[in-house]
Amino acid sequence: MYELKFDPDLCLGCSTQACLAKCQYIEIDRETAQEEILKIARGEDSFVLHECATCYACEEYCTFGNHPFYLIAEKQEARGISPVPRPLIQRAVNIGIPFRGRPEIKEINSPVLNIGAFSELTHLIQGKLFEGIAAISTDERKMFHFFCQLMYLHYGRDSIIKERLPGIIETIAKYKPTEVICFHDECYGAYTSYSSAHGIDVPFKPVHFYEYLYNRLVELKDMIRPLNLKVAYQRPCSSRLSPDKHLFVGRIFDLIGAESVKREFVDENALCCAGAIEGQKREGSRKRAAMQQKRNIEDMQKAGAEVCVFNCPACFQTLGGMVARNGIKPVHMSDLCRLAIGETPEGWR
Amino acid sequence: MALKDFEYGDTIHRCFRCGYCKFPVNWIDVNNCPPYARFRMETYSCGGRLWLARAWLNEQVDWTEHLAEILYSCTTCRNCEVKCPLRFNIDIVNMVVAARSEMVEAGRLPPAVKNFLQNIELYGNPYGTGRKSRSSWAEGTGTEQYNGHEYLLYVGCAGSYDARARQSAQALAQILRRAGVSFGVLGSEENCDGNEVQKLGEQGLFEVLAQDNIARFKELGVKKIITLSPHAFNAFKNHYPAYGGDFSVFHYTHIVSGLLETGRIEFSNGIHSKVAYHDPCFLGRWNDEYEMPRGILKAVPGADLVEMEKNRDGALCCGGGGGNFQIDLLGGSENSPARRRVREAYETGAAILAVACPKCLIMLEDAVKAEGIEEKLLVMDISEIVAKTCGIEDYTS
Amino acid sequence: MDPIYQSLAAIVDAEHVSDRPEELYIYSFDLGTAEPHRPDYVVSPVTAGQIQEIVRLANRENIPVVPLGGGMSLAGLAVPLKGGILLDLKRMDRIIEVNEKGRYAVLECGVSQGQLTSYLERHHPHLTHSEPGAPPAATIVGNVVIHGQGDLAQPYGFNSDMVNGLEVVLPTGEVCCFGSCAIGARWFTNHPLPDVGLFLGWCGTTGIITKLSIRLLPAKRIRGVGRFVVDDEELVPEIVYRLTHTQMAEDIIAFSSAIPPFASMLQHFTVNIAADSEKELEMKQEIIWDDTLGEYIQKGDGAYLGFTRALERPQISKTSDYKKGGGFEYVGSIMPIEKYPECYQKGREISERHDIPYTVTGRCIGAAHSMMFAWTYAFNRADPETIKGARNALHETDRLVLELGGVIWKPGTYGQKLVLERLDPNTRELMKKIKGLLDPKGIMNPGNWEIP
Repeated sequence: MYELKFDPDLCLGCSTQACLAKCQYIEIDRETAQEEILKIARGEDSFVLHECATCYACEEYCTFGNHPFYLIAEKQEARGISPVPRPLIQRAVNIGIPFRGRPEIKEINSPVLNIGAFSELTHLIQGKLFEGIAAISTDERKMFHFFCQLMYLHYGRDSIIKERLPGIIETIAKYKPTEVICFHDECYGAYTSYSSAHGIDVPFKPVHFYEYLYNRLVELKDMIRPLNLKVAYQRPCSSRLSPDKHLFVGRIFDLIGAESVKREFVDENALCCAGAIEGQKREGSRKRAAMQQKRNIEDMQKAGAEVCVFNCPACFQTLGGMVARNGIKPVHMSDLCRLAIGETPEGWR
Repeated sequence: MALKDFEYGDTIHRCFRCGYCKFPVNWIDVNNCPPYARFRMETYSCGGRLWLARAWLNEQVDWTEHLAEILYSCTTCRNCEVKCPLRFNIDIVNMVVAARSEMVEAGRLPPAVKNFLQNIELYGNPYGTGRKSRSSWAEGTGTEQYNGHEYLLYVGCAGSYDARARQSAQALAQILRRAGVSFGVLGSEENCDGNEVQKLGEQGLFEVLAQDNIARFKELGVKKIITLSPHAFNAFKNHYPAYGGDFSVFHYTHIVSGLLETGRIEFSNGIHSKVAYHDPCFLGRWNDEYEMPRGILKAVPGADLVEMEKNRDGALCCGGGGGNFQIDLLGGSENSPARRRVREAYETGAAILAVACPKCLIMLEDAVKAEGIEEKLLVMDISEIVAKTCGIEDYTS
Repeated sequence: MDPIYQSLAAIVDAEHVSDRPEELYIYSFDLGTAEPHRPDYVVSPVTAGQIQEIVRLANRENIPVVPLGGGMSLAGLAVPLKGGILLDLKRMDRIIEVNEKGRYAVLECGVSQGQLTSYLERHHPHLTHSEPGAPPAATIVGNVVIHGQGDLAQPYGFNSDMVNGLEVVLPTGEVCCFGSCAIGARWFTNHPLPDVGLFLGWCGTTGIITKLSIRLLPAKRIRGVGRFVVDDEELVPEIVYRLTHTQMAEDIIAFSSAIPPFASMLQHFTVNIAADSEKELEMKQEIIWDDTLGEYIQKGDGAYLGFTRALERPQISKTSDYKKGGGFEYVGSIMPIEKYPECYQKGREISERHDIPYTVTGRCIGAAHSMMFAWTYAFNRADPETIKGARNALHETDRLVLELGGVIWKPGTYGQKLVLERLDPNTRELMKKIKGLLDPKGIMNPGNWEIP
C-alpha cells in the first residue's frame, strides 16, 4: 500500500554513486556501484544486499534524496536476505508488540515531547530546558504504542514498519499536538524522511530534539556558563536520515562552550556504534563490531576528548561503558545542556 | 471494614514475602527493618505485617493487642520501599498507615499509641506536658517571638520538651542569631506538626493540626520555615501543600550550610576526631537529602568523616519514627535498632556520632548509655557541632 | 499457663517463643500454593545448645519439630503439617570463618544468601559462592539441604556437592559433626565416613543442621552475562553440550516464556563469563561466540545478543508480580539435558491448558551432566481459583517429570508420594530404617518423606 518513492533514472544519471562509493563497509568503485544499485532496483541479487552493515549512511550520501538505504532494506526482505539470524528477527518483531494495555490519551493542543520507546529515560528530560512541555510515552508499559518501528531496517523487515507505523502516527495524532518534539533521533527520521519517502501521511509537525534544545538554550542564554569541555559526538545511524538537522550539534556546542575535538570519524565520516553489526550473520561480525568500536574510541582519545556526547540511548547502551573504561565521560546531549545552565543531572560527577 | 473497601484492598496481597525488605541497599545483613531487627520473628518483618494487616481486614485473624503492636512497630523508615523490587513498593508505608487508620477508626490501639495521640490532641505534644512550658527551652538564648521575621524557626515537640533535644534547639537558635538570620519562634503557641500523627493513622487529628497550623502561619505572614526536625520538614514540605500550606520549607542543615558557605558564621576551632553521620529517615530516604549534612561535617576543621557500612539510603533507622521515640515498642533489648546503630557507629572508630534530628539524638544517646560506651562515643546534633566549632558556646545558659 | 510454652521460654527467652495467633498464622504458610498448617509454637533459637534442649523436650513430649530457614522452598517443606514446634533458625546468622587458602566458609544455619554474597564481595573479593536464583533472604543451609544449584552450577555442580562439613543436632538431641571437622581437623573437606548425605535432601526429617562448611569458588574481576537466542528448541541440548566442552563459561541457562512477547517461542541463553583481564575475556568470548556458536550464527539459526558486564548479585526476581498476584510456584526437576525440547513443549501445553502464561527455565549443572528444569506457574493470592489452578498445573507437571525420565527436585508432599511409589523397594526400606534409627519418635518434620 505504501510504496517507496525511488527513481532509478536518478541513479543512472548520477556521476558520483556516492551512496555506495562512500560506503564505509564495502569496497566498491563508481562503476560497480552503479551496476549494483540498478540490479537492486530491478529486484535482482547483489553482494551489496548481503554485505550491507545497515548503518543508514547512504541515505545521507545520496545527493538526490533517492533513498538508497530504504531500497536496500526493502529488497533484502523481498529476496529473503536478512543481515541478522532468524531468531533475532522474531525477537525484534515481538519486542515491538505492546501487551500491557493501551495508553490513556488526553488532547494536549500544544507542543508535545514524544519519548517513544525510551520511557525509562525520563531523567534525561528534566529541568528548565523542558519546563512546561508535556511529555508523552512516559509509561514504559505502554511505550510500544509510541515506537516508531524504524529499528526493523536493521533486521530486513521493512514491511513491519509499513504495517505498524501508520497506527503509531495515529496514536500520537490523537493527542492533538501542535508540534511533536522527538526525543529519539530515529523517531524524527521516521516521521520525516521515512514517511515522506513512502507517502505516509503525518498530521503533525515533527521537531528535531536538537533543534528544540538549541532554541530553548537561546531562550535561556543568560543562564549559560561556558562548559570549557572537550567533547566528541557519537553520531547515531539515525542522524543520517536528517542530515539537515546535524548542524544543530555544532551550534549547541558553540552556544554552551563545548569544544568539538578534531576527529577523523566525524560528520559524514562518523562511525556508527556497531550495535547493529555485532549480532549480524556474517562471519566475524562480533569481532568486526568490536574493532570498529575500538577505532571509534581511539579516535576520540587521540583528539583529546574528555566527554563523549550521545544522541541515541542505544548507542549509549552499546558504547557508554567502553567509553567510560577508556577515560572519557559518556553523557547525553540533554544532560550536557543542563550542565551548561548550571543544573546537575542525575549521576553526573 | 472489609478488605474490599480498604484503600489498598487490591494491591496488599501482592507482597510475596520474599524478604528483600529486610536488607539494606548493600545487602550486608537482614537487620535493616527496625522491628524485624528487634524481634527477628517473621510477623515483625514488612511482609509479615502486610500479610497480617490483610488477614485482619479479611477477618481471618482477630484483633489483639499483639496484632496492634506488630502494626505499630513499623517506624515508617521506608527501607522496605527502597528495597522492594515490585511495582507496588511506593505504597508499602501507605498500606501500613491505612491499616493503622482502620485500627484508629475501630478505636483499637495499643495503650501507648492511644496515649501519644491523646496528648497531642490535648496538649499539642506527645509528652502530655503543659503548653506553657513549650517555650522554656529558649530562655537565655535571646530568641524572639515570631513577628514578621524572614523565617519561622519551627522547633517541634521533641526539640521543645525533651531535655536532651532542647540542647540542639538552643544550639541552632544561637547559630542563627550569631549569623544575623532574621527568625522568630512560636514559643508556647507552637503546636505539633502532626507528622507522626499522620503516620500513626490518625488522619482526622492530622488534618486538624495541619489546618490549624497553616491558618496560624498564614495569619502571621509566615513565608519561610526552618525546621529543627526532619519529621516536621517532611510534614510541611510534603503533606501541608494539600491543605493549602504553601511555604518555603528548609531543614536547618540547608540554612546552616549556606551560612558557612557565605561566611556568615566561621569556624574558630576544630574537633579532631572521626565523625560518623547517621542519616535520619525523614531527611534521607523520605526527602533524598544525604549530602548537605555531610558537606557541613566535612568542612569542620579536623573532622574526619567516616561512613558506617550502612549509610545514605541503606542507613538503619534509629527506631524513633512512627512515634516510637515516645511509644517505644522497639526498646528493651540489645537488638533494638538504636543499640544496633550505635554499635555500627562504634565499629567505625568514630568518637562522635553526628545526627540531624532530635529524635535520632534522643534514641541514639539513650542507646549509647545502654551499650555502656558513653566514654567512647559522643552523640551530637550537627547544630551542636557547628555551634561548638564556631565558638558559639553560650547556648547552655 | 501451658507448661510446654514455659519450657520453651525458659530455653530461649520470652521474646523468641510465641503461641500467639499472629505468629501461628504467619508461620503456617509457604509462599507457594501449599495449604497452610499452623504450628503450636514458634521458637527462634540462637545456639545449637538451645536447639538440643528443644529437640529433647519435643522427644519427651512427642511434639513435632519443623526447622525453617528462609522459607523459600516454594514446596511447602517447612509447613508444619502436623503442627508442633516451628523452629525459625534465622537468628543463627554468624559467618564464623572464611578460609581464603582453603576456599571455604563456615557458617551458622541462618546465614542468608545475600549476607554471604555481600560479605565476600566486601572482605574476600576473590572468592564467591554459587548463588541460587532464590531471593537473598533464603539461607545457605536451606538451599544445600534441598540440593539447590546456583550460578556456578556449571561447572561446579549442586550446592550440596560443595559441602565440606556439617554440625547437626540429631532428632534425639545429640550434636554430631561430619566432615574433616569430625576428627578435629579444619573444616576444609568432607571425610569419607560417615557421610554428610544423611542430612542432605532429607528436608530436616533426620536432623537439624546448625553449622555448615561450604566450598567457595574463585571470583574474577570482570563478570558478565552474554546472551544468545535460537528459535528451535531442538538445538538447545547440543548448544549446551558444546558450550560446556569449552570450559570457558560459568552459569549456562536456557529459558523461554510467553511474557514478555520477545521471549515467546524462542529459547534464550544466558552464558556467564568471568575474566581477570580484557585479554582473558576476549579469548573466552572468541571461543564461545565465534568458534563454538559461530556456525549457528552464520547459518542464521542462532543470534548473539551481546555481552553485558556486571552480574546482578544478589539476583532480583519480579516473577511473583507477573499476574499482579503476589504468588508463584514452580516444579523443579533434575533432567537429562537432551530432554529440554520435550520439557519445553509439554510445559507449554500444560500452562496453556491452565490458562497461565508459560515460563520455563533450564540451568546446566556440572559439565552438562544434567539440568535443573523448572516450570513456573503464577497465581493471584487474592483469588483462590488461580491458586487451585496453579496447584493442578504443578501436580500435572510433577507427573510429567517422572514420565519424561527425570527426577523431581525438592518435591512437596504430592511429588514425594509419586517418587516413593517408584522408589526401589529395598532402597525405600533402607530409608525407613535410617529414618527410624535417627528419629525413633518420628518428630522431625512429619508428613514429609514418610514411608508407610
